[in-house]
Amino acid sequence: MIAVINYGAGNLPSVVRALRHVGADLVVAEDAATIEAADAVVLPGVGATADTMRSLEDLGIAPLLPKVIASGRPFLGICVGMQVLLSVSEEFGHHSCLGLVEGAVRRLPDSAGKIPQIGWNQIRPTPAYAEHPLFAHIPSGSDFYFVHSFYCDVVDPSLVAARTDYGLDFPSVIMRDNLAAVQFHPEKSGRLGLQLLYNFVQICAAAGTQ
Amino acid sequence: MLTRRIIPCLDVKAGRVVKGISFVNHRDAGDPVALAAAYNEAGADELVFYDITASSDERAIMLDVVERTAAEIFIPLTVGGGLRTVDDMYRMLRAGAEKVSINTAAVLNPQLIAEGAHRFGSQCIMLSVDARRINAPGEAPRWAVFTHTGANPRPTGLDAIEWIRHGVDLGAGEICINSMDADGQKSGYDIELLQAVSDAVAVPVIASGGVGSPEDMYRGVTDGRADAVLAASIFHFGEYSIGDVKRYMAQRGVAVRAV
Repeated sequence: MIAVINYGAGNLPSVVRALRHVGADLVVAEDAATIEAADAVVLPGVGATADTMRSLEDLGIAPLLPKVIASGRPFLGICVGMQVLLSVSEEFGHHSCLGLVEGAVRRLPDSAGKIPQIGWNQIRPTPAYAEHPLFAHIPSGSDFYFVHSFYCDVVDPSLVAARTDYGLDFPSVIMRDNLAAVQFHPEKSGRLGLQLLYNFVQICAAAGTQ
Repeated sequence: MLTRRIIPCLDVKAGRVVKGISFVNHRDAGDPVALAAAYNEAGADELVFYDITASSDERAIMLDVVERTAAEIFIPLTVGGGLRTVDDMYRMLRAGAEKVSINTAAVLNPQLIAEGAHRFGSQCIMLSVDARRINAPGEAPRWAVFTHTGANPRPTGLDAIEWIRHGVDLGAGEICINSMDADGQKSGYDIELLQAVSDAVAVPVIASGGVGSPEDMYRGVTDGRADAVLAASIFHFGEYSIGDVKRYMAQRGVAVRAV
């Protein structure tokens, strides 16, 4: 059973619909017991990191996430659900995030063009991750749907699983063991977005957890 | 590289697509869900539904249409028409829309933009503007904002560029600019209008009104500097496919999402 965490993220219904579409056995969870009992966890997100961190803290979810990830259960963060994993965010001043991945959430450079980046852009898996099951049947250069003004500036380059170019070559997918997180919205990225979610569901199954 | 978006737009009334049907002869061509699925398969980057329903009873039908569409296709969907409050917006977003488009309601109550942006984020709020060109002799062109476009457009007294700047300041995350002069003429977008809007604001601009050919859409993103192009009839009547437009653009060096 995959727990999709409900803390009021606007894209929760879309993420749930897309995961169900690809056959996920899931529960929408906002309480510690359900999240801790789940075999895998998805953290959706859209909007601002500060608001998201506040919601996660108010609902008591923030302290659970390090435990969930340390337990080895498959975890997928989406958009702001990726950004809150980092150490700090520069959005609306400097504020702390979960600190599970060393790095800072920074604003896309003005040289990139319009901010937010809204639309379809290509992801290119890095060589170390090209064969990762999350990218099964997703060719390098595939387009995914992005909506964001900030990106994850990750300290350890070995965690960068794919990059995307928008003013700079930013990490659009990061991975570490059971943790995966994507800056784009797979739930709105058409067939290939569904493929990525399907791949995640397969990873959950292979982990013997679904 | 961020690609330029090709966006088909469907007018929906009481749960049925009002015009444009010929490319899906084998399906229920009046069903917006079937049409949305067909456009998704054809490579549309995004979809817009405009609810042109008159009554609020019929508006509930739109929620159902959005829900059924969102259950089937997984690309961004924008819904506009008749959204007057943040609660109206919330219901559409909850039903599965990615963004909401507001036009007349924002002119009547500009704070609606700010309230929507605050509650859902700017990326959810598309400000649609219908503009008519004014060519005063010896002056640069300007554009006047109208509401209730269709049979009986009403002037607002607003200058389009000033209104759009104000809308972005209030929190609109995207602008859809429709030229009333070009609309239906099939002779291309009002390029000067697109340029003026693109220069005025830093948020993405969607060009609307006047497309007759893939070249018109190409000109919209090159000369007009639009980030996305919206069209209705050329797709609905099967004159061109989305693939035709994308091939035309790609051959001329414009980045588009692979179909």
